[in-house]
Amino acid sequence: MKIAAIIAQRLFYAAILILAVLVLNFLLLHLAPGDPAEVIAGEMGGATQEMMAEIRAAYGLDQPLHVQLGIYLGRALQGDLGQSFFYNAPVVGLILGRLGATILLVVTSLTFAVVIGTLLGVLAARKPTGLFSNVITVLSLVGYSAPVFWTGIILVIVFAWVFPIFPISGMSDIRLAGGGIEHVLDVAHHLVLPAFTLGVIYLAQYSRLSRASMLEVLGADYIRTARAKGLSESVVVGKHALRNAILPIVTIAGLQFGGLISGAVLVETVFSWPGLGTLALDAILGRDYPTILGILFFSAVIVIVANLLTDLCYRLVDPRIRSGGHK
Amino acid sequence: MSEPVLEVDNLSVTFRTRNGLAQVLDHVSFSLGQGETLGIVGESGCGKSMTALSIMGLVPTPPGRIAGGAVRLRGEDLLSAGERRMRSIRGNEISMIFQEPMTSLNPVFTVGEQIAETVRLHEGLSQRDALARAVETLKAVGIPAPEKRVSEYPHQLSGGMRQRVMIAMALACNPSVLIADEPTTALDVTVQAQIFDLLRELQDRTNAAIVLITHDMGAIAETADKVVVMYAGRIIESGTVGEILADPRHPYTQGLIACVPHFLANPPVERPPLVEIPGLVPPLSDLGTGCAFAPRCRHVMPRCRGERPPLMAAEPGHEAACWLLDEAVPA
Repeated sequence: MKIAAIIAQRLFYAAILILAVLVLNFLLLHLAPGDPAEVIAGEMGGATQEMMAEIRAAYGLDQPLHVQLGIYLGRALQGDLGQSFFYNAPVVGLILGRLGATILLVVTSLTFAVVIGTLLGVLAARKPTGLFSNVITVLSLVGYSAPVFWTGIILVIVFAWVFPIFPISGMSDIRLAGGGIEHVLDVAHHLVLPAFTLGVIYLAQYSRLSRASMLEVLGADYIRTARAKGLSESVVVGKHALRNAILPIVTIAGLQFGGLISGAVLVETVFSWPGLGTLALDAILGRDYPTILGILFFSAVIVIVANLLTDLCYRLVDPRIRSGGHK
Repeated sequence: MSEPVLEVDNLSVTFRTRNGLAQVLDHVSFSLGQGETLGIVGESGCGKSMTALSIMGLVPTPPGRIAGGAVRLRGEDLLSAGERRMRSIRGNEISMIFQEPMTSLNPVFTVGEQIAETVRLHEGLSQRDALARAVETLKAVGIPAPEKRVSEYPHQLSGGMRQRVMIAMALACNPSVLIADEPTTALDVTVQAQIFDLLRELQDRTNAAIVLITHDMGAIAETADKVVVMYAGRIIESGTVGEILADPRHPYTQGLIACVPHFLANPPVERPPLVEIPGLVPPLSDLGTGCAFAPRCRHVMPRCRGERPPLMAAEPGHEAACWLLDEAVPA
């Protein structure tokens, strides 16, 4: 199939999926206990019945559920995800203001985890019973078992107190206002700890996965063929084995993108990273339906886009998929 | 015989296993000259493939270890050659075709790239010239539309085509020795014959020495000049193909030949049962002191269980390791 046709087909499915996500999220959230009117009234300092009714009417919460859903979907299709109850600002604007920070964090973590994890796994696979391999296995297990918030807090303690090298909070230094390379370096400096914290758990996974995948590939017949051609061990491993061993890694990386976003909520909270995660936490605590729905919607879109990209990547590395399956 | 290209001299290989040291090759010797084909026959696990890997210097060490002997390519001992030298020999002077064409090609590279890679490596050709050579060799092994096939991936080819690609890859640098390890086992019978024809034709053209490893006596009869029969890591009979097929001396060789079913134009209603050699190859870590074939042999004598027979001449150039020869021709 032509690549454009495939993309068109995937986009069509993605649109249906996003619609389903919108409806389901909306219904789930309204089924959950808690009344936003109560929270808003509480914030305003008092909650009389009239006030609550006024708030409900103002936000359309007094309408029957299917009417509310219809209104919501109608607006969403026009790119309007409503007004935040809590910030009293358009949800789309709120999210777009934070989206960049989260994507920067998630993409950096994932890249770090995939690149370093694969490298460690491949090195470990070359001597599967050696000391290095065992060290990697143990470190992976520790990294995989440690909860993100714990790793985060330990890093905060170490780098705020013992070795104050990296900033532990925020995304940039307000004293460095303006753009330019200084700003980029500053953001990068702030990014180190959160990205490392979020990445380390996945790093552990990728090093285990790539070690296992590499060990399997190194036993394959075509590796023996490559050796019988007289290729050096580094070409055998780096070219013939690696191209095959990264196939499962590409799949998992795409699938994990969603998981990373939920991990980002925790990491952003620990490091006060001004992304979607902190916004989501505030929105949930404030029963801010439109904002929660908006964040869920954007997360779904990100995951769908990530899966689409994975699919395309996979086609790039595996010719068997490109030509439409096995013969 | 002309000056030998490849000589294997008393080659012994051991493997460390959970059940102790296994002698996978025990003083294996043979030689072959330019343009000759040597068939190595035997059941699975008899050491055929290990002999091939030893010649290529690809025995996995550990657990394997070359315990003794020599492998000489035009007089140069390969067992003492360094890894760098061996890399320049593999795929260049000695090439190998493997049993499984379905899995022996890398699925993520085009067949052209896989052939061109060898040529670039050993002959220092540019990518362009190497690809041109790939097209040329694909044509030589009888692949139709090689200009198109060169940019296809292995999964787009049939099993027979893939084995042709493997052969093209092995022959791309005009090796003087080609080792074919069960090259047709995974292929359809009709394709098998084509592959053997191809190997013979290519040998006529390039004068390469071929080591054909197989368990198929029919293939040996068709292609080989000389034959060695292996059992449990040792050569138990060797000679010219005519001698071995017409007058096999070792009961094991006789059994192997008897196992080949015959086609009858008018098969009788009561078909003769298929012949088999009873029993299994013994574990290599526990061969004892006697003849390894003794437990399965129809002619077993008390002497066979206690004493291992050496290779004895049955006639000039035809040897077998069986005490029956000793009885027939008293020393």
